[in-house]
Amino acid sequence: MPVTESLNLVAILPELVLAVGAMALLMLGVATREERGDLILWLAVGVLVVAGIFIACGEGTETLFGGSFIVDPYARMLKLLCLVGAAVSLIMSVPYWRAFGGMRFEYPILLLFAATGMLMMISAYDLIALYVGLELQSLALYVVAAFKRDSARSSEAGLKYFVLGALSSGMLLYGASLVYGFTGSTEFAQIASAVQPSGANLGLIFGLVFLMAGFAFKISAVPFHMWTPDVYEGAPTPVTAFFAAAPKIAAMALTVRVLISAFPALTTEWQQIVVFLAIASMGLGSFAAIGQRNIKRLMAYSSIGHMGYALVGLASGTVAGVQGVIIYLAIYLVMTLGMFACVLAMRRDGKMVENIDQLSGLSRTSPRMALVLAILLFSLAGIPPLAGFFAKFYVFLAAIESGLYALAVVGVLLSVVGAFYYLRIVKIMYFDDPAEPFEEMPASLAIIAGVSGALTLFYVVYPAPLVEAAGVAAKALF
Amino acid sequence: MLSALFFYLFAIMCVGAAFMVIATKNPVHAVLFLILAFFNAAGLFVLLGAEFLAMILIVVYVGAVLVLFLFVVMMLDVDFAELRAGFLKYLPVGALVGLLLLVELIFVVGAWVTAPMLVSDAPTPNMSTVNNTQALGEILYTRYVYLFESAALILLVAMIGTIVLTLHHKRDVRRQSIAAQVGRTRDAAVEVVEVETGKGLK
Repeated sequence: MPVTESLNLVAILPELVLAVGAMALLMLGVATREERGDLILWLAVGVLVVAGIFIACGEGTETLFGGSFIVDPYARMLKLLCLVGAAVSLIMSVPYWRAFGGMRFEYPILLLFAATGMLMMISAYDLIALYVGLELQSLALYVVAAFKRDSARSSEAGLKYFVLGALSSGMLLYGASLVYGFTGSTEFAQIASAVQPSGANLGLIFGLVFLMAGFAFKISAVPFHMWTPDVYEGAPTPVTAFFAAAPKIAAMALTVRVLISAFPALTTEWQQIVVFLAIASMGLGSFAAIGQRNIKRLMAYSSIGHMGYALVGLASGTVAGVQGVIIYLAIYLVMTLGMFACVLAMRRDGKMVENIDQLSGLSRTSPRMALVLAILLFSLAGIPPLAGFFAKFYVFLAAIESGLYALAVVGVLLSVVGAFYYLRIVKIMYFDDPAEPFEEMPASLAIIAGVSGALTLFYVVYPAPLVEAAGVAAKALF
Repeated sequence: MLSALFFYLFAIMCVGAAFMVIATKNPVHAVLFLILAFFNAAGLFVLLGAEFLAMILIVVYVGAVLVLFLFVVMMLDVDFAELRAGFLKYLPVGALVGLLLLVELIFVVGAWVTAPMLVSDAPTPNMSTVNNTQALGEILYTRYVYLFESAALILLVAMIGTIVLTLHHKRDVRRQSIAAQVGRTRDAAVEVVEVETGKGLK
């Protein structure tokens, strides 16, 4: 069989740039030895930027490789978010590695491969392509979680992540094989045409549930969240920042695409699962975070909760809902990166401190950092007029429009519970006795935290670009 | 007739070798018998017309996996006699599990149904004009090239990860530097010393 369709590689140029760039940097790193870790890191940021430019230049909708890869506005929007997350967390890691050592040139390269995997996940239009992208991403993430191999906690985080990740991959593959068996195809478009709403087959629903279990693990939705706090706490902090930002977005993008594109006929069936995941995640994210003293663990529970809110948008299954999810992810990305820029600046006597009590009286020792943190925390809690409020507003609005009143009410109530632990940190920073001051914040972290705080604060002034872009992206799915 | 003859030859050898794998006392012999079993299984694949699988079986399993086994068996000090101690005691349980698996397999094969769309959609080349190696190549490198290359990327990441997590560069290890060895001149290596009688070297 000759090549019947001409290979149009322009559409997958971003992925090619990332993969080839990573391999070229790998060669460069091997040739120049480890001293040049910094150079490789900045070159990796450059590769991410180039890939981002190629994505931004793309237009229209195209499927490649016999329908297993799709490039559409939805893919472009979420890929850009992922790349921003990857690039910023790479830049944020520079002061950390410089201060504490342990950086080797493989770190940026593994992150580049992870980013390649994320792009492939977002563009996957076929169950095999989906799995391949997911596995490329996950494998790189397992390694970077254990990157500080001399630290027992980092190794534990990597191993735990790996074992549980392998389990979730197994469930996902089991689900995929059932879906393939009952629809006769692995391509989303053909699965969608093979599924009849009336004759929703029990085996197919079984497969869908297993697929969802695999996805829920990747976005760390309850009840598949157990790995998150341990991995976030054990992994080196810049790695945690990366985990909280980019992979979450890619996995959520993947979940949305699979459910909306491949199973539109089974909306009522998967809606139940998503509603359950959303309520459980929001609940656990709110209540379990209350007792946390470690800021990284707290951020882990916070991210579980936030994925729950994003799932509320997906549960509605409408264009507005998906638009809400995209807006939520974008705002979540900005807030998370800002938060971690501050967490990375929590340094005293040449050591990282991770305890929340160490923040006490921050408003007097470093007022600017305290202000940015306060803005971000208020936003994470969803208090108007900050960006985090609008993120929640769109998803709850979508849920109400599609009649999921109970879900919206539960979500709003739980976000009130969640506000407690965010605001407690603000109270510690502003009303408790000052602890010793932190070391001065490195300039790159200060800029990232400042930009993040400013975007969060002033989103209300000019929300149109994000809302419109998310609207265009969401329409591409339906 | 001839193929039937070969089938029985390969099949009997294969089963016999497989039995010897678990029966032999010496673990190195066990691995060698496993190689014999794989060769015969490859012969069976050739008889079926699946020559690609036959080649893969030889190249991957015999060439790589079993050589690795052999290394492991020879390097690790495993007391196989001790492992085998309870063989007779556990034989009934093992036989029962084997029997159950056999029954399940028979049920599965008996109730096998292929989804109706499955066969027509598979992008298989015309099997009467190409052999199966060519057919696999034509699908793998055209229709599924994206997945094929992505799998290669995953393997690359696995390799990088293994090296990152396990390789320790030790500073005080003396490595062979061939360039330095070859580039060494006689002057640098040999010194002629005149030793006066009775005084020795200082």
